Amino acid sequence: MSEDSAVQPFKGLKVLDFFWVVIGPLTTSYLAEYGATVVRIESRERAEVLRSAPPFGGGKRGLNRSGYYANYNVNKYGFGLNMGHPQAVDLVKRFLPWADVVTENFTPGTIEKWGLGYDVLRAIKPDLIMISASMLGRGGPYSRQPGFGPVLSSLSGMTDLTGWPDRAPSTPYGAYTDFVVPRFALPTLVAALDYRRRTGQGQHIDISQLEAALHFMAPPVLDYANNGHVQTRVGNRHPSVAPHGVYPCLGDNRWCAIACMTEAEWRALYQVMGQPAWASEARFATLFSRKQHEDALDQLLGAWTQQQDAYTLMTMLQRAGVPAGVAQTNQDLIADPQLAHRGYFVYMDHPGVGYHPIQRSEFRLSDTPAEFRSPAPNIGQHTVQVCKEILGMADEEIASLIAANVLEVPSPEDG
Amino acid sequence: MELSAHEGPLSPYRVLDLTGAECLLCGKILADLGADVIQIEPPGGHPARQIGPFYHHEVHHERSLYWWSYAANKRSITLDVTTPEGQRLLKRLVPSVDFLLESGAPGALAALGLGYDALAALHPGLIMVSITPFGQQGPYAYYKAPDLVGMALSGFMYVTGEPDRAPVRIGFPHFYLHGAGAGASGAMVAHMQRVLTGKGQYVDVSCQEAMARALANAPQSYVMEHAIIQRQGAYRQTGSTSFMRLTWPCKDGYVNFQFSGGQGSGLGVNNIIRWMAEEGMRDAALEEVDFTKLGYGMITPEMLEWMVPPIERFLLSKTKQELFTGAVERRIMMFPVATTADIVHDPQLAARHYFQQQPYLDGEPPVTFLGPFAQMGATPLQLHRLPPALGEHNQAIYQDELGLQPDELAVLRAQGVL
Repeated sequence: MSEDSAVQPFKGLKVLDFFWVVIGPLTTSYLAEYGATVVRIESRERAEVLRSAPPFGGGKRGLNRSGYYANYNVNKYGFGLNMGHPQAVDLVKRFLPWADVVTENFTPGTIEKWGLGYDVLRAIKPDLIMISASMLGRGGPYSRQPGFGPVLSSLSGMTDLTGWPDRAPSTPYGAYTDFVVPRFALPTLVAALDYRRRTGQGQHIDISQLEAALHFMAPPVLDYANNGHVQTRVGNRHPSVAPHGVYPCLGDNRWCAIACMTEAEWRALYQVMGQPAWASEARFATLFSRKQHEDALDQLLGAWTQQQDAYTLMTMLQRAGVPAGVAQTNQDLIADPQLAHRGYFVYMDHPGVGYHPIQRSEFRLSDTPAEFRSPAPNIGQHTVQVCKEILGMADEEIASLIAANVLEVPSPEDG
Repeated sequence: MELSAHEGPLSPYRVLDLTGAECLLCGKILADLGADVIQIEPPGGHPARQIGPFYHHEVHHERSLYWWSYAANKRSITLDVTTPEGQRLLKRLVPSVDFLLESGAPGALAALGLGYDALAALHPGLIMVSITPFGQQGPYAYYKAPDLVGMALSGFMYVTGEPDRAPVRIGFPHFYLHGAGAGASGAMVAHMQRVLTGKGQYVDVSCQEAMARALANAPQSYVMEHAIIQRQGAYRQTGSTSFMRLTWPCKDGYVNFQFSGGQGSGLGVNNIIRWMAEEGMRDAALEEVDFTKLGYGMITPEMLEWMVPPIERFLLSKTKQELFTGAVERRIMMFPVATTADIVHDPQLAARHYFQQQPYLDGEPPVTFLGPFAQMGATPLQLHRLPPALGEHNQAIYQDELGLQPDELAVLRAQGVL
């Protein structure tokens, strides 16, 4: 495949990518940013869920129009293969001499049912690394239960601990654990690559998304496991400091988080507020006492913040050394000066999606720039190219497989 | 304490971990993958040791479940890097390590003569990872950001919570955990570059960016549709005019059920509508809809108005467990909103032997730890070292490796360096 990069850490790494939705494509997006050749196997017969998820370019639904899909698939190649067709399995096997890594996040049993389980693939390619990421792992009574990220934030206890004590729990936004699991999946995959480099040995990595996500909840879970104590949701409060909340500001639905983690920060806040009489009352004099009177404290502080512009307030407080931050909307984020300074949103153009931002990896390497060569692929966009350049197929064979509806190529109806 | 000789995929590598209480997960991930991670603690103990909950509720620096969670599989040495002698010792350790992790304010280590340039001069192969709320440079680089503030500025808080109340943070601090996890990824990417070039480099991680990742399609929704995503309580806004219902009350708590169209979710919705009919709670209008044909995120508020009440009535008639059992049989994506007690008693986790008991403190019952975050066929991950006691490996590192004499150690300890 065409490569114009300088030395990149994953240059020459070849990934046959059955990952779909978020957790998988997000994991391989790091590899694609840093030089790997990632070929996504997709079919319009069972289209990638994110391809039919908004927002759509031009406000019109279509398999090649989703900005959500576009976010995680930069630099990847789109290979259209109808896995429902009996010939598809053989075609997948033909990738194996080429592929270093095979990925999948289907319900356990699916890839095995196709005859493409790790044992089969390893027999063809002994040093293959295969990574599977299912909801609940292989084995166990509920292994085959399907689900998405929002479900796992419930199963992992994140939902129950989030929200107000007098209300139903609030699910953290989005398919939240889909963004947690790659924190573990990527280092694990790269560690396996390094192990193979040193020993020649490949392996199967099988991730239970629940078991990985629980590492983001370890202390409260261990609190019950060892102490029998069930923690409950407390809104924005902190077990030992006050004020620690999100306060209303001028305008519609504008809020600023303020957290005084030390006495010095409380005294600084007191100065910024102009030393109001209420704040010098004895009940707010010590941390312990402020915790006792936190409802009143929040109310009085909120009455003051309500008069302020959220950003002006944040700037003023931070200048005085008080931790404060505007609860930013997605619109605010697009204009956020800090994110802009680091070039977090990279803008790509795509015929179906249009001009759109993608979020790049959260780290900057001093000597190795990430690359953003091409926007997310259209469905089947690289089918023919991949057949020729990777599989070395002749034109006639490609044409017959397209005619037999094994291979999928772009169609005007994809939208 | 070492439980077993363990070969993980990263066994040949050594990590010096100078991170503070919030970012310990970075080194923990590398330690779980087999790297020799040496946690550096101030002589008085790492601040994470002061963070609860505590084992059997006894506040003590060797009993913090928070510290245990993120220090297991690491070793511990004490060192005060703010002293000149501490800085000299750190520099003597640097040539033997492959990675150095830190989470101080931008420039704080450099001010001690321990910035990347100074350390790379001693060891060009070193990979140094700095994890900060906003990255090393930029207008917010020096902003103070405890979890609450970080969650606000990353945009995640605004979209979480109830529409009629303030935005709400995730109930356990996640802002720095995302940065720490991204740090482990950045370290590994830089490592693969080092494999090719022999050179290390500097990795600058922003927790704000790492947390903002979790915003799903919200950035695209603004740029492409000018939609400002609002928090919706039990609902979820999936586009400018589309919503889905997530959290539903049931007889004895809450369940999570993704009420939306699309190939995956739609099938479960079709199935629950069939289940309602089986139980004599048929809804003819719902039966007319094939939710697999309705795209993901295509349900409008008008549709919700008539679709939700019959489903809600059905769920309220059953318990968490009844619903979950029935959902599994019918391949419906519905799960209990688990409390930590539900998690510890989860039959799936139990069947997979996820939780691990280890004797740890003398005369006390075994301690329960979490299992590994991944199953690796050739290099199984495991709890191979219990969380280290304060300075447990001082002798191994300072005496056996650096060759300090016992009386030198005693002096350094008396001076508060170790």
